[in-house]
Amino acid sequence: MSGIHKRFPGVHALKDVDLELHTGECLALLGENGAGKSTLIKMLGGAHLPDEGTISFNGNPIQIHGPQDALAAGIAVIYQEFNLVPWLSARENIFLGQEPGRVCILPAKRERERAVELFKQLGADIDPATLCCDLTVAEQQIVEIAKALATDARILVMDEPSAALSPREVDGLFRVIDGLKERGIGIIYISHRLDEIFTVADRVTFLRDGAHVGTRPIVGLTRGDMIELMVGRSIDQEYPKEITEIGDVRIACKGLNRGKKVQDVSLEVRRGEIVGLTGLVGSGRTETARILFGADRPESGTIMMNGSELQIRNPRDAIATGICLLTEDRKSQGLVLGQTVLENFGLPNLKSFSRFSWIDLGRERSSIEDHGRQLQIKMTGPDQVAATLSGGNQQKVVLAKWLERNAEVLLFDEPTRGIDVGAKYEIYQLMNRLVAKGKAILMISSELPEVLGMSDRIVVMHEGRIKGEITDVPNATQQDIMKIAVG
Amino acid sequence: MNMNLKKTLSDYGTILVLILLGLGFSIVTIEEQWPTGNKAAKSLLQDVISTSPANGSNVLVLVRQGGDGKAFADALASESVAAGLNVLQIAVTQPVGARKALISIGQSGNSLPFIFADRHMANFCNEQLPRLSTQHPSLSTARVFTPSSHKWPNFLKKENLLNILKQISVVAIIAIGMTMIIITAGIDLSVGSLIAFSGVITALVIQSVGGGTPTTTHLFLGAFSGIIACGLIGMFTGGMVTAFGIPAFIVTLGVMFVARGMSFILADSDPVLVANPDFGWLGRGELLGLPNTVLLMALLFILAHLLMTRTSVGRYIYAVGGNPEAARLSGVPVKWVLVFVYTLCGVLAGLGGVMEASLHVTGDPKAGNMLELQVIAAVVVGGTSLAGGQGRIFGTLVGALIIGVIRNGMNLTGVEAHMQSVVYGVVILIAVLVDRLKAKIR
Repeated sequence: MSGIHKRFPGVHALKDVDLELHTGECLALLGENGAGKSTLIKMLGGAHLPDEGTISFNGNPIQIHGPQDALAAGIAVIYQEFNLVPWLSARENIFLGQEPGRVCILPAKRERERAVELFKQLGADIDPATLCCDLTVAEQQIVEIAKALATDARILVMDEPSAALSPREVDGLFRVIDGLKERGIGIIYISHRLDEIFTVADRVTFLRDGAHVGTRPIVGLTRGDMIELMVGRSIDQEYPKEITEIGDVRIACKGLNRGKKVQDVSLEVRRGEIVGLTGLVGSGRTETARILFGADRPESGTIMMNGSELQIRNPRDAIATGICLLTEDRKSQGLVLGQTVLENFGLPNLKSFSRFSWIDLGRERSSIEDHGRQLQIKMTGPDQVAATLSGGNQQKVVLAKWLERNAEVLLFDEPTRGIDVGAKYEIYQLMNRLVAKGKAILMISSELPEVLGMSDRIVVMHEGRIKGEITDVPNATQQDIMKIAVG
Repeated sequence: MNMNLKKTLSDYGTILVLILLGLGFSIVTIEEQWPTGNKAAKSLLQDVISTSPANGSNVLVLVRQGGDGKAFADALASESVAAGLNVLQIAVTQPVGARKALISIGQSGNSLPFIFADRHMANFCNEQLPRLSTQHPSLSTARVFTPSSHKWPNFLKKENLLNILKQISVVAIIAIGMTMIIITAGIDLSVGSLIAFSGVITALVIQSVGGGTPTTTHLFLGAFSGIIACGLIGMFTGGMVTAFGIPAFIVTLGVMFVARGMSFILADSDPVLVANPDFGWLGRGELLGLPNTVLLMALLFILAHLLMTRTSVGRYIYAVGGNPEAARLSGVPVKWVLVFVYTLCGVLAGLGGVMEASLHVTGDPKAGNMLELQVIAAVVVGGTSLAGGQGRIFGTLVGALIIGVIRNGMNLTGVEAHMQSVVYGVVILIAVLVDRLKAKIR
């Protein structure tokens, strides 16, 4: 790709970007949210057309007008949001769109054999007949990759493939990528986790504000270099943990049970404390937080706030008592994407902005503008539609809406997933400010450096149960956590 | 295309369609207009007096019977008296009577310089006077005056425009509730049946509490019963949708049949008369020259617009339609909001039923048949997305107007009923197509 330009109304999203991918290499694409990574790969996938510039494959210029063109050119893109049909089997999903004709009898046997073969290559043990909704997130990721490989793609683009995976599953993914490289397949890998880039990438291309700021071989790059190239300034410390005074127990739960996902879970978070709740994906962390927030009802167990028992029947009750939940999936649970920033921000706060249900629009607007300035939300204004914001800014809007509530207990589920280094840093600083004010934070995260870097105490879950606790965080290692997490 | 232009088009595209339809029907219905009424009488007299000195002269007022003929004749007479003329006779009659009136004046021998007539009688006089004046010389000096005509579209006449508004008022008012339901990604098929149910309940309550001579209090009591009954049915629908998660389409389909059947059973299959003509006040009455139904419609649209744009409830409705899970996790009382919109739609359908019953002073179990489809069509044509989360109250008003204008225009131009149905269908399809294209542009 060379000299690529793309303009959207009001935004020059890509300015003269070049990108080069060799056979059998893994090229990492790094940049902050809104730097233009997604726009760039959407051009490879046929979702956008470049305004200027050319795309060539093996030296021949090609035109990608739609997903079919991309597949025909041997380019497969795995987007951050999976594109699997939940009620079809793994096999059917893999071969969806590759049926030999419009109306025909499907070569089920051949497809099954091919699917088994693909899964074998990927080192996964998945029955092709399993419905996709019954697969774990990691398995769905494998199905996505298998789907891409089934088209005989020569170039594989992966947008945040590790975001939903636990560390062990990420290792598996890396083995798959190494295997693909050996077979001469070129890979473009997008991730915000710098550690992964060191393990998996051969070269790194940096984007900043839609411009190409450099391409470097991984050998010789340091974390600091990477951050500086991405952000344009250096960040001394990735996890700016500050020591705060820890007070009384703010929220506690005892013997929570709900199905297999939550079994006899008891934990507590004190004033001014950040408790890191970690474990493998599916170990029951999110489910525990959802019960505390009233999104799901526990089968048994009690929740106590400031020492007295709470009756939380729904999120409304939880919000009223000062508990808020930053959901792990902001697009499907955190935001009403079709509505504006203002409307999203207002949702849990309308009571304080209105009298007899009549909203004081001026006060609401100036409040979101204040939060926008403090959190440095990049938006055209409060009337921008939430769907058009980048991931980090969407997360900041969700944060703003809870900050305005002035909640005492903040349940953060993967607060920095899919967010760039700069915005992450701002969110960590925000967490520091919150605990300094005596708030209690329960931070769920799969990113172990983050858990180690920001928590005062770490609680590890495994298969729905709390398996262990680490109180001496400064001297703990990722291995310590993993030992507990795998049971 | 320029982005601003695109946005304008997508926001106001339906208004543009409405204006174009209005223009089109105006052009094809341009006709010679013969004004009648007070204003026409006044200007006619002014013309006459300014051209010829006429103080004390005799006048015959000649107007065809029927329509607003009597009022026009009275206006002409009183203007003539005011101008100092002597009105010999006011004839509001058929050609035979006009002939008699002319002959009797001719026989009396009075001079008759002025005949003030409407269009029909002027034609009659111009034909008959030459012949009559040979027998009655006093008629030979008579000159016929009629208000000057001008060209104007029948479509754009004030009565016609008011008529359109009156015709859409029931559909438009119910469409307010339907818009809110569709914004929450639901649907309500029962509103047509609820119109009949409300009308029948209203008439029956009036009959049972008021007997043969119901008072105004009884009328109000009946109307409230009808509206509240429908509100309770709407609440039941909302409860079924939220508590059991049954799709609204199915619940309201069931309610549609039940309500229709109950209307016929309660009414014993016959329209129920209301024995007090005052009951027609809502459906037929006027205030400040505007029909009460139209004023009510305007008031409700303004209130609904404020509700949707300026209150928490409105925000909640949009949020529930846009992403119910995110709304719930933001503390929105999702179930309450759903029950609210179905209840409100039921109340508005009940009100529509009372309006309809008031218009005919009868509770008719056949009322509102298939009207739910017109209501849904108005909402969809108005740009509300069936997928939920998007839609504007005034868009719905424009949608109802578009449908009303098309029906009215086709009636004026003499398109027959079956063809009208075809045109409706095509208009709805085009509206949905435009909606999809709009989504694509974004």
